[in-house]
Amino acid sequence: MSASAADQGRGTGANLLTALRGTTGPLIGLILLCLFLTFATDKFMSARNLLNVLDQITVLGIMAVGMTMVILIGGIDLAVGSVLALAMMVMGYLANQLGLPLPLSILLALGVAAASGAVSGLLITALGVPAFIATLAMMSVARGLANMITDGQQIVGFPSWFSLLSYNRYGGFLTVTVAVMLVVFVLGWLYLRYTSGGRSLYAIGGNQEVARLAGINVNLYTIGVYVVSGLLAGLAGVVLAMRLDSVQPTAGVSYELDTIAAVVIGGTSLSGGKGGILGTIIGVLIIGVLRNGLNLLGVSPFTQAVIIGVVIALAVAAEAIKRN
Amino acid sequence: MTAADLAPILSLRQIRKVYGPLEVLHGIDLDVRAGEVVALLGENGAGKSTLSRIISGADQPSSGQMTWLGAAYAPATPRAAMDAGVGMIHQELQLLPQLSIAENVFVGRYLTSGGRIDRRAMEERAYTGLQRLGLDVSPSRLVEGLSTAKQQLIEIAKALTLNARLLILDEPTAALGGEETQLLFRQIERLKADGVGIIYISHRLEEIRQIADRIVVMRDGDKVQEFDHGDVPVRSIVEAMVGRSLDRMFPAVPTPADDVMLEVRGLSAPSGSFRDISFAVKRGEVFGIAGLVGAGRTELVRAITGADPISAGDVVLDGKVLALRSPRDAIRNGVVLVPEDRKLQGLVVDHSIAENIGYANFDTVSRSGWLTSKRLSRFADASIRKFGVKGRGEQNAGELSGGNQQKVVLAKWLARNPKVVVLDEPTRGIDVGARSSIYDTIMDLARQGIAVIVVSSDLEEVLGVSNRIMVMAQGKQAGILDGADANDVSVMELATL
Repeated sequence: MSASAADQGRGTGANLLTALRGTTGPLIGLILLCLFLTFATDKFMSARNLLNVLDQITVLGIMAVGMTMVILIGGIDLAVGSVLALAMMVMGYLANQLGLPLPLSILLALGVAAASGAVSGLLITALGVPAFIATLAMMSVARGLANMITDGQQIVGFPSWFSLLSYNRYGGFLTVTVAVMLVVFVLGWLYLRYTSGGRSLYAIGGNQEVARLAGINVNLYTIGVYVVSGLLAGLAGVVLAMRLDSVQPTAGVSYELDTIAAVVIGGTSLSGGKGGILGTIIGVLIIGVLRNGLNLLGVSPFTQAVIIGVVIALAVAAEAIKRN
Repeated sequence: MTAADLAPILSLRQIRKVYGPLEVLHGIDLDVRAGEVVALLGENGAGKSTLSRIISGADQPSSGQMTWLGAAYAPATPRAAMDAGVGMIHQELQLLPQLSIAENVFVGRYLTSGGRIDRRAMEERAYTGLQRLGLDVSPSRLVEGLSTAKQQLIEIAKALTLNARLLILDEPTAALGGEETQLLFRQIERLKADGVGIIYISHRLEEIRQIADRIVVMRDGDKVQEFDHGDVPVRSIVEAMVGRSLDRMFPAVPTPADDVMLEVRGLSAPSGSFRDISFAVKRGEVFGIAGLVGAGRTELVRAITGADPISAGDVVLDGKVLALRSPRDAIRNGVVLVPEDRKLQGLVVDHSIAENIGYANFDTVSRSGWLTSKRLSRFADASIRKFGVKGRGEQNAGELSGGNQQKVVLAKWLARNPKVVVLDEPTRGIDVGARSSIYDTIMDLARQGIAVIVVSSDLEEVLGVSNRIMVMAQGKQAGILDGADANDVSVMELATL
């Protein structure tokens, strides 16, 4: 039952299987979903469509890695959607209105996103504001700032190489944006599984007082996790700008909920201490495949929302039933 | 006419209580008459709380009969007991600070007229209750901001307003100063004159002599002695409370070295839970800390290990003053705490044993921050073997017995080769077999030259494992006794100062 890692590492042969333990439920769900769509539509199981799915999940996938860490320590980050928009607008403003080089603008935008995470983290640790409230406040502030930059207007006109990063498939399949997501997945997975810092996050989420008494610097890790979540939300914003070839302050509304849903569907416990990146990847894929499949089936966006809500409830209920 | 001439209002006959395999009350008989104060005394765990929970309806007896005002009495809930006229005033006050006094009195049974809350009727009746105690506060005032003593009296007024004829007061003076205590005692005299019966639970033996008409002493779930007057020498009460010790086996306590390992100088807590504590523990010494619940022992050792803040004083290790801002600071210097509550402070119960051991040892298990499951389980397996934990590294810590959980917590710390090990209630909730192996571990630590501090509410345990014993009472150090001279009576005398 424990997704914790110590019971996964024995032996080397069965590594992949043991690594997937604890995520078997979501994985079976994903496979069933893919099988169903393969037979229900003639387009789903084509290389081109599957690559489309990958392109469509990049923004969600990048943010979900940060959210996984936040939820693992027993927190929540409601600000990611707004921080995504803020990072987009900062980048667009610096590059197109102040004339800074685009790569530099991207770095500064990521810095702003990381800083907003640091503010949330400090509110939580230094002032003792509950994570829900601290990030709710940050969600409002970041959205407001994103709108203030251009008084609500979008910015267009980026160099062509920028949007091609999300369009050109290198080696026939890999866009730069998908590659960025895969790198984030791998780094997040390595960090959580193979570093003492990552394992400390599990301790904090499992029981914050035990972690503190064990000498783990709970406050520092907490701030760090919100910084990473903000930074990845900013990165997701840059990726979204590449995909849209424009930036707008209304981007990313309610993305925080999609992100939380992906993490929770992937089996990470909202009370903290249990879960991981592999589960989150499966959760992101379930949402991506579901959206893609429902589109192929011609289901209206309104009905899609209903279906996704039902899937979230079923996935978490199944996990809870299994646990008891 | 004396109270003793009257028929009892409450009678208990052969009350037994069984929790799982454990019988915690072995057939208790107790009578309370109108207008008398019966003091119920005993050490922690003697069965006083269970008994008062049964009388006040919070718990049901496994067998036995209760009679209340001549009729059979078996309250299923505290509310049923209250409706019958039996009120319990808990040690932790249970008033709602944001509500008025009158609302607190009637919470859950608001008076209504025509479907609307009848504030005026509630305030009038609450006022009558306050008057009976001579309390001059408005019933429409919010409870927030009232002193603890006042709140205590309002709890009593609440019970009186609901027509209580028997009150159980659990440690009513624990949070009160001297003057407030005298105020409470004057109110108790009034209640006695009104014919209210009172069961009075307290650890403060001096005040018992002042207030009690009779004294009932409990020990290990039995009523061991009853005094039919209140003016009994403290020494006789204490002897009844501690009784003759069962023969428990403790290993021989090794002789400590001469040099001091840990010194505490004038240590105080910002909350005042302990004040001006000074002592020194030698290399290889087992230093016991005894005292009643609430004496400040846990708070003191948490401060020494960096878990709680210090407002004054120094912790000195090997001649060096430690700067303690967090447990990290203490751990880095080799001072570790095995906390009081394993499940809430010692272990992440739904994580594996190996991970739990790892959490305090990542700096040694990892190589420049990198950590593989294989290395972690190898490290944990070594600790598991060394400290005789009965379990596998990948097992969840919550699946283990209490004794084995405690060994996991110990293993987690001992792998760090600490200089000072502080154990808070090391054997609470642990069966006898596992206890002796924890005692053996403690002696092993001492033999290795580690300074060991043991906090325990179990008198026999403190006496059995310590070279010296510091007794705390109400946040202050009441004295330090040499293990060879100390006995249960001398410790209890200091603890109840």
